[in-house]
Amino acid sequence: MATQTIPVTRDKAADRRLMFREMKRNVWAYVFISPFYILYAVFGMFPLLYGLWLSFHEWDGISAMQWVGLRNYADLIVDDIWWYSIYNTIWLFFAATVPQIILALILAFIINSPYIKGKDFFRAAFFAPIVASAVAVGLVFTWLFGERYGMLNYFLGMLGIAPIDWLGDRNWLKPSMAIVTIWQWTGYTMIIFLAGLQSINTELYEAARVDGAQTRDIFFRITMPLMRPVILFQVVLSIIGAMQTFDIPVMLAGGTQSSAPGGTDRAGLVAMINLYWTAFKYTEFGYAAAMSFMLFILIITFSYLYNRWQGGNPTD
Amino acid sequence: MATTTQRGFAARRRVRFSRRDQLMGPFGMTVLYAVLIGGALVTAFPFYYMLVTSTHRSATILKIPPPLWFGNALVTNYNELLANLPFWNSLWNSLAIATIATTLTLFFCSLGGYGFAKFRFPGRDGLFAFLLATLMVPGAIGLIPSFIIMRNLGWIDTWNPLIIPGIANAFGIFWMRQYIAQAIPDDLMDAGRIDGAHEFRIYWNIVIPVIVPALAALAILTFIGSWNNFLFPLLILKDTAKYTLPVALSTLRSLRGTEIGVQILGAAGAILPILIVFIAASRQFMSGLTAGAVKGG
Repeated sequence: MATQTIPVTRDKAADRRLMFREMKRNVWAYVFISPFYILYAVFGMFPLLYGLWLSFHEWDGISAMQWVGLRNYADLIVDDIWWYSIYNTIWLFFAATVPQIILALILAFIINSPYIKGKDFFRAAFFAPIVASAVAVGLVFTWLFGERYGMLNYFLGMLGIAPIDWLGDRNWLKPSMAIVTIWQWTGYTMIIFLAGLQSINTELYEAARVDGAQTRDIFFRITMPLMRPVILFQVVLSIIGAMQTFDIPVMLAGGTQSSAPGGTDRAGLVAMINLYWTAFKYTEFGYAAAMSFMLFILIITFSYLYNRWQGGNPTD
Repeated sequence: MATTTQRGFAARRRVRFSRRDQLMGPFGMTVLYAVLIGGALVTAFPFYYMLVTSTHRSATILKIPPPLWFGNALVTNYNELLANLPFWNSLWNSLAIATIATTLTLFFCSLGGYGFAKFRFPGRDGLFAFLLATLMVPGAIGLIPSFIIMRNLGWIDTWNPLIIPGIANAFGIFWMRQYIAQAIPDDLMDAGRIDGAHEFRIYWNIVIPVIVPALAALAILTFIGSWNNFLFPLLILKDTAKYTLPVALSTLRSLRGTEIGVQILGAAGAILPILIVFIAASRQFMSGLTAGAVKGG
């Protein structure tokens, strides 16, 4: 408000005086926002830098740290198991995120339709899985997925499909994880999309209808372009989330005490399971810290590539 | 407040549309409802399975067909669960941590959101951009160093690491800022200032009452996040008496030979309390969530 009355030409000292005056006038604003910056400095920024420092060391967590330079990174680049865990993570990302986004879009469109009744009920019903603890969900699905007596195979058997060893077969472990992830997260994604749909001005639809547009045209020419930033943002968040996925995979692949992390043939060894075991079971903290940063770089790269590919300047 | 405007909006829209076209015939509507109801059934089934299975012993669970209706082993399973797991103790830990974390988060995030929404101070845009950028930094990167820092602070087996780092988090501040920016007219605070009210009083007496819907949605999100938090508590809590529910449950997975019904009952114990709260509050929560997101977008 006050800034509007400033003359166009002014010297630097006056500028600075004005800035100090503004800062003093708004001193409470700084007090109000300061907790975030203090906490982030201590529990966000510092761990980040400390982790980077750690990644140049060999350390078992107890004895003295040993500087090894870039050796952890050099080892990591030729670590087949590490790259396999990255492969598993990316596999899981695609298998879980793509169906989830499509399903969520379909459900959001249907619920947003003015003809549908019981919107509150359906919104709540689809959202419910997200409130459940992933550990508890993992326990329940472990038995749902049972090979001989599992409920899922029982239903499939009624359709004439032979029993599948969901969690024991190396080819089925990742799909099982994807199924649980889709089950848990679709409703959440749907709510985000629904919020986006509801923010579209209905007069746009009105105008299109008056001009004689078909439902299909409205969908592809109005709804989808306006939804694009929402979808784009959701995909980037999914990349960040999926690269760090841990709870569901670890529970389906044998739990946190398992001696075979990642299950049969490490088929379910995602990056975070690898990292967790490396740091806290094999106590190679430096190597695991290097994994963290490699993961960070990969997440940034994937998010960037996705943005490039979408040709997007997501403005929202 | 948000609910009524939304509902009014939807009603108006319905009238406008239904007059004009009958694109959706009865067949189309049947398909749409079939998709919704089918989806809801698939979503609900694991919950139902959980409830049914927790009332059976392994001997009846491992049968073809598997039980689809309730058995009578609930009490047996419950006693066995308590013998294997300090269930009520873990539940209490989870509840206390989530409640404290949620209360503090609501306070600090609304305060920060208010600071960003209603003050024009030098450096505001840069500081806010930084805050948003931290949202993009994956939390897993700091996992190992955070653990070591907590160890050096002597915070292993305490609640501090599970509460303090998140109480003024970027998402919550962003969320509150978006809501406050449009929900509170500047005149309202100026009136308070002319009356000579202290800035904190203005926040407490004028801002807080207006932003209850956004606070409610943030409260539920924070509570769910804290209640279900697993990986960090797993590292921090070593003493069985300090376990939160997810950490306690994860040990069940590894106990070979534990009755299936007992494991599932433990899972139900973690899921049901929060599911019941969610169902009870879902109407308010959902409208707060969509309202916040819409206004934020």
